Amino acid sequence: MSIPGQEKQWDKEEKEHRKYNDVRIFDDNQLNNYTEDELKNYKCKHDISQLEQLESGPWPSFVSDLKREAVHRHKVGQDNLMIPADIVDDLLGIVELSYKERETHWKHGGIVGVLGYGGGIVGRYNDQQAKFPNIAHFHTIRVAQPGAKFYTTDYLRAFSDIAEYRGSGLTNLHGSTGDMVILGSFSEQLEPLFFDLTHDLGVDLGGSGGNLRTPSDCIGKARCEFACYDTMALCYDLTMTYQDELHRPAFPYKFKFKFDGCPNCCIASIARADMSYIGTWKDDIRINQDAVQEYAAGKIPPDGGGFAGRDWGKFDIQAEVINLCPTQCMKWDGKKISINNAECNRCMHCIDVMPEALRVGKDQGLSILFGAKAPILEGAQMSCMTIPFMYANAPYTSIKGVVTKVFDWWTEEGKNRERVGETIQRVSLKKFCEVLGIPPMPQMVTAPRANPYVFFKEEEVPGGFARDIDDYRSRHPR
Amino acid sequence: MSKGKLGYFNPQKPQENRITDIGPCHYGQMLPPVIRRNYGKWASHRILEPGLLVHVSETGEKAFTVRAAAARIMSVEHIREICDIADKHCNGYVRFTTRNNIEFITDSEEKAKALKKELDSRKHVGGSFKFPTGGTGMGMTNIVHTQGWIHCHTPATDASGPVKAVADVLFDEFKNMRLPAKLRIALACCLNMCGAVHCSDIALLGYHRKPPAIDHEVLGKVCEIPLVVASCPLYAIKPITTEDGKKSVSVNIEKCMYCGNCYTMCLALPLSDGPGDGVAILAGGKVSNRLSPPKFSKVIVPILPNNTPRWPEVTDVVKKMVEIWAKEANKYERLGDWAERIGWERFFEKMGLPFTHHLVDDYRLAVDTFRTSTQFKFTEHAWAVSKAVGGI
Ligand code: HEM
Ligand code: HEM
Ligand code: SF4
Ligand code: SF4
Ligand code: SF4
Ligand code: SF4
Repeated sequence: MSIPGQEKQWDKEEKEHRKYNDVRIFDDNQLNNYTEDELKNYKCKHDISQLEQLESGPWPSFVSDLKREAVHRHKVGQDNLMIPADIVDDLLGIVELSYKERETHWKHGGIVGVLGYGGGIVGRYNDQQAKFPNIAHFHTIRVAQPGAKFYTTDYLRAFSDIAEYRGSGLTNLHGSTGDMVILGSFSEQLEPLFFDLTHDLGVDLGGSGGNLRTPSDCIGKARCEFACYDTMALCYDLTMTYQDELHRPAFPYKFKFKFDGCPNCCIASIARADMSYIGTWKDDIRINQDAVQEYAAGKIPPDGGGFAGRDWGKFDIQAEVINLCPTQCMKWDGKKISINNAECNRCMHCIDVMPEALRVGKDQGLSILFGAKAPILEGAQMSCMTIPFMYANAPYTSIKGVVTKVFDWWTEEGKNRERVGETIQRVSLKKFCEVLGIPPMPQMVTAPRANPYVFFKEEEVPGGFARDIDDYRSRHPR
Repeated sequence: MSKGKLGYFNPQKPQENRITDIGPCHYGQMLPPVIRRNYGKWASHRILEPGLLVHVSETGEKAFTVRAAAARIMSVEHIREICDIADKHCNGYVRFTTRNNIEFITDSEEKAKALKKELDSRKHVGGSFKFPTGGTGMGMTNIVHTQGWIHCHTPATDASGPVKAVADVLFDEFKNMRLPAKLRIALACCLNMCGAVHCSDIALLGYHRKPPAIDHEVLGKVCEIPLVVASCPLYAIKPITTEDGKKSVSVNIEKCMYCGNCYTMCLALPLSDGPGDGVAILAGGKVSNRLSPPKFSKVIVPILPNNTPRWPEVTDVVKKMVEIWAKEANKYERLGDWAERIGWERFFEKMGLPFTHHLVDDYRLAVDTFRTSTQFKFTEHAWAVSKAVGGI
């Protein structure tokens, strides 16, 4: 198998989850039950004239899509649905009302959920229940997505049936955190829905509330040559290890893991994960000098061809790679590229430009950064470089050791609704280093502090903090 | 197959047959064969045309990926159509990207091209494309966003609507690869920022502009007053007893920044207000470490109205910004890198945007953004200051 020591069970090349036909709810007639004309002639029972203006234009229109679901539900009929057949019509109606008034009509979520879990379902009620009874409840269910959001159609079809039968038939693919989100269920359907998901799809809810949120990962080794560790394997392993933390809120606030295979950060872990795992390497960038020649000769386009839509002139290695390298650690003598790898900060630029000539190093692992969050409350933060390099090999004992230290400390130390980045800010990075048992390093800061208000530890000061005024006075009379 | 009101669930014995803590499905079940065979062996990639990628493995095998846009809110009918296409062309496999695009992976260029053609040919009866291909290389990819008026309680704007409006205006940038660098746009409909909009080239942010209305009738009954008081980051909330003797709170209007934290704690403090709410525009952020470190987006327009259904004021600013950046930036220069090189004063001048008091930070750590150097460029903004003090 591809990665030594990480042989996969799926070498068997067979789909192991259940086939759609074993678990389907609707038959083919029910699925193909309307014509294009019926779609064209659909008239929503509410005025939706503003929304209909969002049907034109090239970008895929969510309004057109919603209408399609409305038509389909009508034709399937209420007898074959556990959620109002008219739910999408009422949703269109209420959103139109918001377009007119420019205010939302969704009330605060109430506490809803399934037995034994503290998260995964967000309650949603409407404040116009008399006029729009079919959306009185519109709860959202977060369903754990598979790694890098790869699916079989069997799985997606089965998911769709459940989402239509016990939900509104509308979903988010995917929610911002990464979950598959089923929209528009009613309170009494939540347990049955949960049973369907676990029994028929073999999948669990995602996280919400003060717990570990559903971790998410970039495509990594599955289809990216830049990946420095197996993002999907690590994401899956940690997700399974911390199921309890994910389902039963015990944290001061949310906690997110995100896994980027390299510093390009496609999953944006550095901006939105409390604990960002970002792939990196510690040996040399691999250089194929023959391919460099081909780039120089204009035979291979820069950035894989990503600039092809405009004439940028002839590709110029000196100007576009060597001179732009932020650490100025590269040289080009017209024949060969050389890199002073010790000075490279692995920004990815040269590799992004010439992926066929330059490759990430072979001695690969990951960096761990902590503390990213959106502005609420103390202002936005990005994750802080904390652990420069760790190998990421199953069973990930050392990585889990770090996670455990952070969870234990933050659960104790964090205030209600305080993200770990804010806790670190409040108690200091110094204290956080002590918690992790790591020495500080210059890589944690952009520069050393400019103010000299240094707190010393008592043991660092000769004689400690205890003062003796008499001793002082013996040298300095009043 | 589970049917009927209760399905597999037995309310008399709710613990019976309950399965918990099983996590997501293992990704191994979901990978197309060409991906399984070459897992961890990828050597390089190319973008053959907008929306079509080829990844080359050390084994010599190639995976062809066709990328298509999608609206994030998606009906199961749409998902089933995606499945039909994936069954026909990709042996029943499909994936989604972080930014809500759909990716179809095949093992031959021929199949990929046929697939791409089919995707581009499918349209909604309303006229829009169902699966426009693109979103690769130096162009705009899908706009990530939150939920807005469709199903959230705190939005100051809609999400799907403004995103559709902006994406329509920038559609050519999704279909082409002619920008100086990648363009990443995001929208969040309130300060909570469910999407990571704060590090995007262009971020649209719903913003409330009025303090909460206070429902004294019920506040004391439905909310824990100490929690409400503690929820306000600016200490603007105080407990009071109303004239008719009800326990409630007051909000110090001077201090309130309309963040809605109090509403999150207490439904008797609603925030949204049609004419008051609107959209702020932020620019110049990024998450990639390429060339320059990741950076936050900066507020460049404090508020624009929620002019439904197409937010013309917002799309105008966004379109203009992309056009000017595309024309003036160097190759490889993200929007924020460009703005920093020419200076934000020059950015505002080129954009023809007013620089108002809203744009100068006055929150915590504001001093970090003060310019403490004599290095600046002269623009009309500078002359206005000189004139104001009689200097010229
Ligand atoms: C009770 C409070 C909160 C709830 C219920 C909540 C809920 C959520 C939900 C539902 C998501 C997206 C999940 C998904 O779509 O799969 C999310 C993402 C996010 N939340 Fe929160 N959130 C809360 C508080 C906060 C706070 C206080 C912050 C910032 C300080 C924050 C920042 C974010 C960010 C940045 C994301 C997007 C990250 C991403 O795209 O993965 N949230 N949150
Ligand atoms: C008790 C307070 C809160 C409640 C009850 C609440 C409720 C919700 C609900 C119901 C959703 C999902 C909406 C839907 O899918 O229909 C949601 C989404 C979200 N909320 Fe909250 N929220 C709260 C506070 C917050 C706060 C304080 C933040 C951030 C600071 C936040 C951030 C988010 C995010 C990031 C999402 C995800 C949106 C997405 O995936 O598009 N929420 N919240
Ligand atoms: S983060 Fe890096 S490894 Fe992951 S998909 Fe993006 S470029 Fe590839
Ligand atoms: S990765 Fe970045 S820093 Fe390193 S050699 Fe390439 S361009 Fe220079
Ligand atoms: S950004 Fe705000 S309004 Fe929008 S979905 Fe998130 S919490 Fe709701
Ligand atoms: S909106 Fe925010 S700042 Fe204003 S009172 Fe509520 S919590 Fe405080």
